[in-house]
Amino acid sequence: MLELTRVRAGYGSFQALFDVSLEVRRGEAVGVIGPNGAGKTTLMRVISGLIRPTAGSIVMERVDLLATPPHRIVEIGIAHVPESRRLFPRMTVEDNLKMGGFLPAARPKARRRFDFVYELFPLLRERRRQLAGSMSGGEQQMCAIGRALMSEPKLLLLDEPSAGLAPVVVDLVFALVQRIRAGGVTVLIVEQNVQQVLRIVDRAYVLKAGSIRAAGAAAELRDSAIIREAYLGV
Amino acid sequence: MGIFDVYLLEALINGVLLGGVLALLSLGLNLVFGVIDVVWICYAELIMLGMYAMYFLSRVYHAPMVLAAAICIVTVGVLGVLLHVVVIAPLLGAAPINQLLATGGVLFFLQSAATILFGIEFKNLGVRLPVLKVAGMFISYARLLAFGAALIGMVLVYLFLRRTYTGTAIRAIAQDRQIMTLMGVDSRRIYVITSALGGGLAGLAACLLVLQYDVHPFVGLTFGPITFLICVLGGLGNFGGGFVAAFVFAEIISVGGLYLDLEWGYVFAFAFFIAMMFVRPQGLLARRS
Amino acid sequence: MSRWPRWIAGAALVALPFVYHAPYPLHIAILILIWSFAYTSWSAMGRFGLTSLGHGGFMGTGAYVTALLWNRGGVSPWLGIPVALLAGALLAVLVAYPCFRYRITGHYFALVTLALGGIVLQVITATRDYTGGSLGYTPERYQGGSSLYALQFSGKTTWYLIALAVWAAGLYVWYRVDGSMLRYALEAISEDEDAAAATGVHVTAEKLKITVVSAAMTALAGALYCQYQMFISPDTVSGISVSLQMVFAAVVGGLYVALGPTVGAVITILMAEVLRISVGTRAVGWDNLVYGALLVVFIVFLPKGILGTVLAHRQR
Repeated sequence: MLELTRVRAGYGSFQALFDVSLEVRRGEAVGVIGPNGAGKTTLMRVISGLIRPTAGSIVMERVDLLATPPHRIVEIGIAHVPESRRLFPRMTVEDNLKMGGFLPAARPKARRRFDFVYELFPLLRERRRQLAGSMSGGEQQMCAIGRALMSEPKLLLLDEPSAGLAPVVVDLVFALVQRIRAGGVTVLIVEQNVQQVLRIVDRAYVLKAGSIRAAGAAAELRDSAIIREAYLGV
Repeated sequence: MGIFDVYLLEALINGVLLGGVLALLSLGLNLVFGVIDVVWICYAELIMLGMYAMYFLSRVYHAPMVLAAAICIVTVGVLGVLLHVVVIAPLLGAAPINQLLATGGVLFFLQSAATILFGIEFKNLGVRLPVLKVAGMFISYARLLAFGAALIGMVLVYLFLRRTYTGTAIRAIAQDRQIMTLMGVDSRRIYVITSALGGGLAGLAACLLVLQYDVHPFVGLTFGPITFLICVLGGLGNFGGGFVAAFVFAEIISVGGLYLDLEWGYVFAFAFFIAMMFVRPQGLLARRS
Repeated sequence: MSRWPRWIAGAALVALPFVYHAPYPLHIAILILIWSFAYTSWSAMGRFGLTSLGHGGFMGTGAYVTALLWNRGGVSPWLGIPVALLAGALLAVLVAYPCFRYRITGHYFALVTLALGGIVLQVITATRDYTGGSLGYTPERYQGGSSLYALQFSGKTTWYLIALAVWAAGLYVWYRVDGSMLRYALEAISEDEDAAAATGVHVTAEKLKITVVSAAMTALAGALYCQYQMFISPDTVSGISVSLQMVFAAVVGGLYVALGPTVGAVITILMAEVLRISVGTRAVGWDNLVYGALLVVFIVFLPKGILGTVLAHRQR
């Protein structure tokens, strides 16, 4: 479904990704794990077009993403839940969701999408008139995921959805991600919270210092030495 | 009721009526600043051109008022788009001072273009709208009309910003520029739409101001400074703050002008502004991130 | 760089009116010097990111206070000009202090000062019983001819030398600021105000210092212009157009080099003069039209200014 081949990217003279290749198949949940500063967020940004890679190729269902203007990548079916959520803090929950369904193609379906998101996150329906910035971290994360789902994406990119959340809330968020995935949405999730994320994904890649160090089924990786090495540096 | 109080009340009412038009002026400037992060120094000159458009359409070509107003709004809206595409867009990555100065250069350009095309004579529509006499007060019909139209204009903009997808995107882009592409929004398109809207508001303001004031190439210098003060006091990009500040300033100008000349009203407004900076600086700084 | 070229250039400038004294070119030279001084005054603070769009207000204050004191109170410009400078400085403190104290920077500062320039113009117009309003104002002639007491001279050479001296003094101030601790403090502030404050820089005080210097110098330029032209009007010494003109010239010439504003003055004044002569008599406004358009083009294509760009090329 999504295929990255030897992608290089960075900011100015700083290179964050070195020849990263990665594949996500339809219906899968794939994790990318790695320590802080490994290039995980850069990877997500490269896929959703927020930054342009300096080399390599990114193809989504035979569409060359690098030949697509960034604002049209959502149309192809990729929705990105950015790091630290990035809601519009002084707009209501409803307006935030509305922005998620900005695409002309998504607008006729808006009513259904609202119902879908509110069903998934009943709390958001209660809070729909509240300013997004005034909600708790967990609520904001749900709103951010809900916003991404408004465009009816085929592939959902999640960047550190558990960051800054209380453990109970993290469990809730991961449970919801599983439900979304069960609903037919392919998921690519970037996380530092290794043990938990490996429980909800099928496969995972280990990213360290900008390159893929290991890849495999989640169950295999869970106890492997590579993970320990990548994290503890032993 | 003594005669003094009647005059004061009249000035207060006129202040409210003026406030409507000033609020409209500041809304256009605020919208452009909030979305594009650029201040149109030449904003009042766009209004001046709109006033000329009204003058020619109505006085010279005898177009019906409503049609003239519609053409005027569209024309200034197009000018707003031109300003953005020709001057602002190439400078979006440049230092803010250069953006300010470029629109300042446009100010010079428009003033002198108007001088060349229309001459420096004062011109007016030549329509005398009746004056209402209520309880010993004289309220000009032109001002009432301007107030009403300004309110309607602002309500329409409000509804546009609240109800439509494009309007929502305009509000959103002011809060987080970078992630707009993730929503599938082409920021450049939103900038152009906002410029058209900002220009259109200047056009509407022009239609209303030309009912009360003569137009000449330098008329922008009368409205410009006060509009900037309102926007700064309300917080640049803060629509609500601008709205409130517009009425406060209008009252000061109107009541101050009652005792002295209109220019003194402006001076008082400025003194008030300086005082407010000491008293409530947080009001000025609201929403600046 | 050796100091010799500078001294030779200086001597040549001083000698100029004794060798070549056609009145019109000398008149233009005097105007260029006075305005160069005004533009240098602006850039003294403008180069630190303190973009004032209201210096016309200080210029107008300088011109009108000097003229009013002379006409109304018979106060000699020798006393009147210092009072005018004080008035300009006071006005600057009144507006700039709250701005700096409450961190009003960038666009906000530009707009507040822009309004200041506009308001000074309004005050001059409003007090038309004293200032003649928009029709302008003329300092009274002192017993006809030249007088040191009244600072009125009929000879252009005298004025040229005065303007040259003041202009050189302006450059001297520019260099003094350039070599001072104030410069480092202000540069730090323009980079990052909070970081500068954290390292112990008194942000408000440092900014206020340069603003007062800049405002007083601009007021002096206004007073000088008034004494030379013997006629001032709100539009020629105050208001938004004058304020913007200062910023433009400084930017066109180059903001970060000492002679930048001077180069800007030479270019803009010569340009305006050529345009005025070639088309001005036939159609009012054409000169300013081209002027405005050229300024936009300059800002879009030469953001470093002319001298700045030239020097940057030579350094490569």
